[in-house]
Amino acid sequence: MDITTLTALELSAKIKDGEISVVEATKAQIERIKKEDQKYNCYVTVLEEEALARAQQVQALIDAGELKDSPLAGVPMAIKDNMCTKGALTTCSSKILGNFKPPYNATVVEKLEAAGAIIIGKLNMDEFAMGSTTETSFYGPTKNPWNVEHVPGGSSGGAAAAVAAEEAFYTLGSDTGGSIRQPSSFCGVTGIKPTYGTVSRYGLIAYASSLDQIGPIARNVSDCVAALEVISGYDKKDSTSVDTGEYKYTDALVDDVKGMKIGIPRGYIGKGLDEEVKNSILKAAKVLEEKGAIVEEFDMDIVDYAIPAYYVIASAEASSNLSRFDGVKYGYRTEDFNGLQDVYKKTRSEGFGMEVKRRMMIGAFVLSSGYYDAYYNKALKVKALIKEGFDKAFSKYDVILGPTAPSTALKIGENLSDPLKMYLGDIYTVSVNLAGLPAISLPCGMDSKGLPIGLQLIGKHFGEKDIIRAAYSFEQTREYVRPTFTKGE
Amino acid sequence: MKITDETIDYVSALAKLVLSQEEKEKAEVDLGNILGYIETMNELDTEGIEPMSHAFPLKNVFREDVVTNGDDRDNVLSNAPVKKDGSFVVPKTVE
Repeated sequence: MDITTLTALELSAKIKDGEISVVEATKAQIERIKKEDQKYNCYVTVLEEEALARAQQVQALIDAGELKDSPLAGVPMAIKDNMCTKGALTTCSSKILGNFKPPYNATVVEKLEAAGAIIIGKLNMDEFAMGSTTETSFYGPTKNPWNVEHVPGGSSGGAAAAVAAEEAFYTLGSDTGGSIRQPSSFCGVTGIKPTYGTVSRYGLIAYASSLDQIGPIARNVSDCVAALEVISGYDKKDSTSVDTGEYKYTDALVDDVKGMKIGIPRGYIGKGLDEEVKNSILKAAKVLEEKGAIVEEFDMDIVDYAIPAYYVIASAEASSNLSRFDGVKYGYRTEDFNGLQDVYKKTRSEGFGMEVKRRMMIGAFVLSSGYYDAYYNKALKVKALIKEGFDKAFSKYDVILGPTAPSTALKIGENLSDPLKMYLGDIYTVSVNLAGLPAISLPCGMDSKGLPIGLQLIGKHFGEKDIIRAAYSFEQTREYVRPTFTKGE
Repeated sequence: MKITDETIDYVSALAKLVLSQEEKEKAEVDLGNILGYIETMNELDTEGIEPMSHAFPLKNVFREDVVTNGDDRDNVLSNAPVKKDGSFVVPKTVE
């Protein structure tokens, strides 16, 4: 049996039965990474020694009858490189944090460790999560396991590609404008962006704080949901954390959508959408309808303005958040300087890549006096209208259905030189972040190039259970498809 | 939107960046395109709409003003590019 092809929950069941040991599983996973990752570049750092030591500890705990209520105990997993891991390199795929070893753990890392997770490494991403292709990483692009000439999507490209390439059983990504859902779509795996406030952001290196949210990526809905249960919950260290008191998402793993009201915004299946993606999405809607859901199309034109509002707000917050990288407290410092201002300017100019610089400059511009009202304030008003649009939609529907991305995975290099073109690819995902909603992307088909297509289901605030139920029901009609691991090699 | 050399100099100074001539020229084109696209927001009438910073109301979170973390100085300083006697070192800033 090839251990690394199992799902996370299949593996944990075998670990609990004593059929596979935690050390055995961890070794198998690390062997696979060593063998395969030079092709895909999913990992920035592999924590081999730490993971093997941890595997022995967790096995001892399981043998002692502990961790009985932890369905993912002993399962090797990996984390996007923007979440702090105490003493282990956390680079944000940037030169400026190339030597940064955080003095503390992110809350999600503490929760994973308490649940017996084996963290085997840190995953590649677009620098500071700014990008949709993982090409802006200082450590080189990640490649799509379905076809290495294509991008894995981004910014959590390493996190999605590692799951597809069977280099991790599940991973954590972060989603500011689609960064969990879009790479999940491109890599043929499942990813959840929870409602804002569900998962603590403490220890997540901030890009745009009002939009950032951590979430799981896995090979199926059940694995994703098990991981979401581990990482969600109120945290007093994150002042935007919301205590809902209700985190038992596995209750929603029910194959039943009878009477569920599903709305498809006409703008999500109109102009700009690839024809093959459109057909696949409408077919998925039909499947849910045949299972008893009530599916109808409706108008929500306000989302046409989500991309401009998003790039104003995200860039503004980024320009503020990234001012902390000054070459004084941690990270890279320029070698040659003349005075403190020079330390700041040279450190930042040498340490940040072009996409990060671009967004910081857009942010500085839209926040500058004379432009603040016309850009930043205007964007916050558009955001209010987008939220209102979704509120109205959710007064009629339980779930909103559409594509995750306008196309399947692009070729490497295709969009890198034209940032605006790259931004437009976020059309179906950014409004969810602006409105703070939960959404899931799961595979629903393949295009004629053999690349996966992703279905997006959006829920109301804290409506995770609705989208999980719809996603799980759809998933029951379709086998998980593995990449062939041969194309383009 | 036309972005001038002065605008690029201004925003790069705000962002504490120094750009090469090549980077400046590229930034002028890219920022012009992106801000031009952003201006499509102006088609939308937002008269009387309250700007919204968070999607749902967040209340300020209060706590007692007590120290909960211990002395972690050496650990925190372990990432400093330059340190001395338990402090971060920066170039002299006051004559």
